[in-house]
Amino acid sequence: MSQDIVHDSLEAPLGSTAERQAVVGAAGAAPGQDWVIVTRGIKREYDMGGEVVRALRGVDVAIRRNEYVAIMGPSGSGKSTLMNVIGCLDTPNAGEYWLNGTQVSKMSDDALARVRNKEIGFVFQTFNLLPRASALHNVELPLVYAGVPGEERRRRAKEALERVQLGGRIDHRPNELSGGQRQRVAIARALVNNPSILLADEPTGNLDSATSEEIMKVFESLADQGQTVIMVTHEPDIAAHARRVIVLRDGMVHSDERRSTFVEKLGLPA
Amino acid sequence: MPFVEAIRLALQQIWVQKLKSFFTLLGVMIGVTFLIAVVSIVGGMSRYMTDQVVGKIMAVNSFELRHRPNINLGEMTEERWRELRRRPRIKESDIQPVTDALPPDVRWAAVGNDNLSAQSRYVAKPRQVNAFTVTDGYFDVKKMAPVSGRLFSPQEYERGMPVIVIGQDVANYFFPALDPVGRELVVRGIPYTVVGVMEKQGSAFGISFDKFIVAPHKSPINRYVNAHNVIDAIMIQTASREGLLSTMETVRQVMRARHHLRPSQKDDFELETSDSALEFWNKIKSYLVFAGVALPAIGLVVGAIVIMNIMLVAVAERTREIGIRKSLGARRRDIMSQFLVESATLSTVGAALGVATGFAFAKLIAAVTPLPAAVELWSVLVGIGIGAGVGIVAGVYPASRASRLDPITALRAE
Repeated sequence: MSQDIVHDSLEAPLGSTAERQAVVGAAGAAPGQDWVIVTRGIKREYDMGGEVVRALRGVDVAIRRNEYVAIMGPSGSGKSTLMNVIGCLDTPNAGEYWLNGTQVSKMSDDALARVRNKEIGFVFQTFNLLPRASALHNVELPLVYAGVPGEERRRRAKEALERVQLGGRIDHRPNELSGGQRQRVAIARALVNNPSILLADEPTGNLDSATSEEIMKVFESLADQGQTVIMVTHEPDIAAHARRVIVLRDGMVHSDERRSTFVEKLGLPA
Repeated sequence: MPFVEAIRLALQQIWVQKLKSFFTLLGVMIGVTFLIAVVSIVGGMSRYMTDQVVGKIMAVNSFELRHRPNINLGEMTEERWRELRRRPRIKESDIQPVTDALPPDVRWAAVGNDNLSAQSRYVAKPRQVNAFTVTDGYFDVKKMAPVSGRLFSPQEYERGMPVIVIGQDVANYFFPALDPVGRELVVRGIPYTVVGVMEKQGSAFGISFDKFIVAPHKSPINRYVNAHNVIDAIMIQTASREGLLSTMETVRQVMRARHHLRPSQKDDFELETSDSALEFWNKIKSYLVFAGVALPAIGLVVGAIVIMNIMLVAVAERTREIGIRKSLGARRRDIMSQFLVESATLSTVGAALGVATGFAFAKLIAAVTPLPAAVELWSVLVGIGIGAGVGIVAGVYPASRASRLDPITALRAE
């Protein structure tokens, strides 16, 4: 399985390829403290009206705390499925998925809901804000499901909105905000419960390039502050913001390399 | 998700779609409206029966020893009628043994009663009056007081003087524009002096309770009211509701002994209370309440179906929202309770509106028809409870569908 990892010597702080191979290879064993995500031979198949679609065919990924990783791939490569699995919205048919030292690949629906609530902050391409709720209420939602009492909930939601420079717009509804602002509300919502990972799915897909740049700066600064960020995208120039780029192809890891290598290969400006 | 939060969310949802919500809860509202209206009218009639009809005939915490029931509401079989006809009358000689057995704080009076023709010199035409002959406890038990004149003196009771007190209707008919006190009323050729006019007693179903005259038991009128030595009833009033049953039992034992009844034989006399007089009414009432509950139930079933339908639409419309909530950590039960609370709130609001309109409806009926209405607290609580119940029942299926949605599919929904 480890042959799926395309070797590129990634040194500290990203850790070496050997280290990742070691942690991925130790099937059944809980990974160490600093590994946020470890997947071992994850497979996911769908039954589409009798035809079996093999979306993931054995994916091995190991991501440390504080990494900023982009998952790339053409459509049909399985990147959305991988994101759903990593985001605990879906469970694999085979293989292990360890999130923050806990194996979540065999959890029940409700247990997965807990994990999504506590460990994962989603940012979607289409923002996915509740249209009739204010920015504040949208950001409060994860805390509602975490059972945080009202006072503290509002305080923390306000803080999260201030972190994305939207402190002055807490009472606005999504349709009163620009695309960039909506996405920042979504980021605030993703961060409000202090998740282990921030999981962004094409976060700039619905934004113009200037606003995209602005959102990428937000991710940049979050990553600088130590937030683990995983971003799924099919745009190389967006992926190039991450410090490590995993490319999927046909449901398997095609390459896994640090940003400089990736940028060099694509001939993008560094 | 906390319950209060869920209700707030549900109310917000209802408020956002006011018109749609209104139509959704119309079924429940109409159901509860009729429930409240019917129960109120039946309740009002019941109160009317108790207070106005039976209450006027029977005093509080009292019973009457009679040979047959006085108030006959309801069907009477041939057999029962024969049995009643075979019963011996209550005698004057029963008074002493019965009243001797009573506890000291019990009031009593012997009463005879018949319709007799009366005449006065001021009006040409004689008229039927309801004539009572009573012993001295009567006015105490009935809590009747004169508006002019006085009641009888002990001597008048003792010597059977030809004196009477009269009701308002009697006063108005026989003594038009006159003060009846001191004037005479002739019954069966014997003149009786009116010593008092009693306060107004009112009427029930158009029958006046003020067409009476009352004379001392020993007065000459008694021989026209009853055969020699016979009385119609002994009225017995206990100080409290609790004493009533034991006193009735005491009287029953005395009378059974006097009539030499074997244990296997039934009583051949009647101990009539306001409850026994109300028995037939209560039977009718239970039919009415049943109908009053069964008919609105149809409305509620329709209401439940409408709510279920609307909730299914809401789940379909808000699939994306469900996906978002699930991605943020909502468990199945969170989604389930959100939609359950929403449908319960929806139909509880409907029920509350139904209570209000039912109340108004009952008041309207009370205002334009002779039927009285009294809104009873239990019907309000039951109405609102049913509303919430209907909402929960109707919401279970849509809510469980919502809770089982796959988050990935739900997030992709338009």
